[in-house]
Amino acid sequence: MTQWQPVILWTDGLAWFGIALMLILLFASRAQMRAGWQRLWQHPLAVVSMLILLCYGSIGLLDSLHYRVRLPTINKRVQYSVTVYSVLDALLTPLRTHNETSYAAPLARRAFSATPERHAGGEVVEVRKPLQLGGHTPPHARMELALRGALYGGITGIGLLLAIVFIIRTFAARTTAPEQHVAPDPEPKFSWPKFSWPKFPWPKFPWPKFPWRSFSLTLLFLSMLIGSTIELAGNFHVFGTNEIGQDVLYDSIKSVRTGLMMGCLATLVTLPLAVGLGLAAGYFGGWVDDLVQYIYTTLNAIPSVLLIAATVLLMQGFIETHPAMFDSTASRSDIRLLFLCVILGMTNWTGLCRILRGETLKLRELDYVQAARAFGVPSWRILWQHLLPNLSHLILISLVMDFSGLVLAEAVLSYIGVGVDPSTHSWGNMINAARLELSREPVIWWPLMAAFIGMFTLVLAANLFADAVREAFDPLAKR
Amino acid sequence: MIRYLLRRLLYAVPILLGVNLLTFCLFFMVNTPDDIARMHLGVKHVNHAAILNWEHSHGYDLPLFYNRHETSWHTLTDTLFVHKSLSMFTLHFGLSDDGRDIAREIRQRAGPSLSIALPAFIIGLGTNISLALMLVWMRAGLADRVGVIIAVALMSVSGLFYIIGGQFVIAHLWRWVPISGFVPGVDSWRFVLLPIAISVIAGIGNGMRWYRSIFLEEIGKDYVRTARAKGLDESRILFRHVLKNGMIPILTGAVAVLPLLFMGSLLTESFFGIPGLGSYVVDAIQSQDFAVVRAMVFIGSALYLIGLWLTDIAYGWVDPRVRLS
Repeated sequence: MTQWQPVILWTDGLAWFGIALMLILLFASRAQMRAGWQRLWQHPLAVVSMLILLCYGSIGLLDSLHYRVRLPTINKRVQYSVTVYSVLDALLTPLRTHNETSYAAPLARRAFSATPERHAGGEVVEVRKPLQLGGHTPPHARMELALRGALYGGITGIGLLLAIVFIIRTFAARTTAPEQHVAPDPEPKFSWPKFSWPKFPWPKFPWPKFPWRSFSLTLLFLSMLIGSTIELAGNFHVFGTNEIGQDVLYDSIKSVRTGLMMGCLATLVTLPLAVGLGLAAGYFGGWVDDLVQYIYTTLNAIPSVLLIAATVLLMQGFIETHPAMFDSTASRSDIRLLFLCVILGMTNWTGLCRILRGETLKLRELDYVQAARAFGVPSWRILWQHLLPNLSHLILISLVMDFSGLVLAEAVLSYIGVGVDPSTHSWGNMINAARLELSREPVIWWPLMAAFIGMFTLVLAANLFADAVREAFDPLAKR
Repeated sequence: MIRYLLRRLLYAVPILLGVNLLTFCLFFMVNTPDDIARMHLGVKHVNHAAILNWEHSHGYDLPLFYNRHETSWHTLTDTLFVHKSLSMFTLHFGLSDDGRDIAREIRQRAGPSLSIALPAFIIGLGTNISLALMLVWMRAGLADRVGVIIAVALMSVSGLFYIIGGQFVIAHLWRWVPISGFVPGVDSWRFVLLPIAISVIAGIGNGMRWYRSIFLEEIGKDYVRTARAKGLDESRILFRHVLKNGMIPILTGAVAVLPLLFMGSLLTESFFGIPGLGSYVVDAIQSQDFAVVRAMVFIGSALYLIGLWLTDIAYGWVDPRVRLS
């Protein structure tokens, strides 16, 4: 008998499905995109931001594997708990369970505000009580813990790097063609003796000019950072606690999933609409084209925030009037997240659709498409085999560029009150709650800071990556 | 020319009709007036009479498209679609849920909205163009790369943080300006200063990068090479030739959003407590006032379409190669 039962929420399933779909599409158009990938992976910023995005992505995916714990059997009936946990929750158990009574500053040992306490003599004294987590750790331990964590993390990082290099060299190198000979740069006449990095047998495959230095430095930095955070988080509240004493770091890490879901699922909705309608409009022309153009101009005309707000309000009404359809709070907030993503996707496809329509109009007239037509290749096959792979770079660029905007939109929508469910962990909800704390005296700044760091890092990485993708794949971009 | 512009203006009508029909479907067919009434009266404790009463008092007690109880053309006109949706074409927006005339409210609130949006737009345009020109001037150097990275970093900060941060530092810590509020008239300058500054700063990242790429595109063109070959110095090329030609896409893009300035900014206005249209929308959404949301959707779409139309005009006016016919 297992002690737990897997639960697949709607967003979980769709997220995994989306990843699979993405990989299939990328694989299908690999020939057309090869040069682009080559260019992309020689761009140091692309590699660095990809590593950061991978960190976020793995947090989000760990948080998308949900399960329920089995309860003690009563009358031989197997029962499972109502609360749904994710694998990430299990990993972060100490953060989740050590709740304080109220605010605590980052890495503090005592509570933020004093509580009155009666002494043995009868006098009442204001005391700042020691915290559950951190209250019993000696004060000098912080530095020690951070350094030890960094050391452990660093060692893990180096191990990981060596493992990656080893794997690529042993498995990938065999299948590759003989190395291309690159002509050495002509030597300058005089140069100061330059510091050169020690030579290391970096693999030349799959991308000959892979920026290994940036890659390894970022990997090392990230693993040291994660290492010391883990060490510290076991003994302190790294980002303090919020008003009801929950760990802010936990809140911020849990928000990663919401942010990523916004970006990924909305994209998943955008993709079929934009690609289907854009290709159809461009290829068939005539009344199809008119209709598609009419649809997207109409949708574009409506202010998107208003459209989103209106639909979310309607959906709220629907959930309120049909409570029986959603059995638990988890599934209710999950449906709300899913619905929000769908709406964001519905308002977001017009841009990509317009681009694809224009490009298809151009491609349609090219000789190879005309030849395929003359041979009597059916339309769907021309669209799928001849047009779509040659548009895939545009799709990729547009999707990557839209991602950060969707993450940012979540916060704004939560502020207006049409965002994710208030019970969902999200940066928008964190900002919303933290807004008034700034006007307190003394200032409570850490929840806002945690949300800012979490969101800013993700969006910055996504933006930098998007820039690199555009530079690598867009034939018109400046290189 | 005039015939072309009139025809373009007529194109807007079917689109506006589509918007109208779409919002009508969303607000009356997906969510029936019954549901709206139930939401307002509380989901649990509500009886049928109370719902009918609410619908009657708010004018929702009509059929959707076809009224069987009327005669002749009234079968089509005495319906929700005509009363609540088509009437917006005549700028009759009806009453909001708290009984105020929406059209009057909008007229009153447009002023405060504009007093922030317009200066922020103009100052922002100037700032972004100057910064972009600065980057182009130092192009391909370290300063340019650092500038672009700063722009990307500025873009990556949520608008909420700009507002919260600016309010906290400038209004709360330094106490230069009041944190929020608004008074009509000239005295409002103290209240609009901070929102304008924050809107400008929040837009720098995006604008600077966008305009930089426009100018860079211009600088690679043939006429610049000709100008260089003539022996013109770099500053003259940049400020006379590139700036002027780069202004074509910038200005036409600006014209497209000009009408939308009336709508104000949702976040800025509601954070600073400015009684404009942006905060009107936020309030309406938070109090689930669908009548106001519908009216604002209609106005927003109409303004967007006017923006498109103005862009057409602007293209023909600025760029003599484009002929309107």
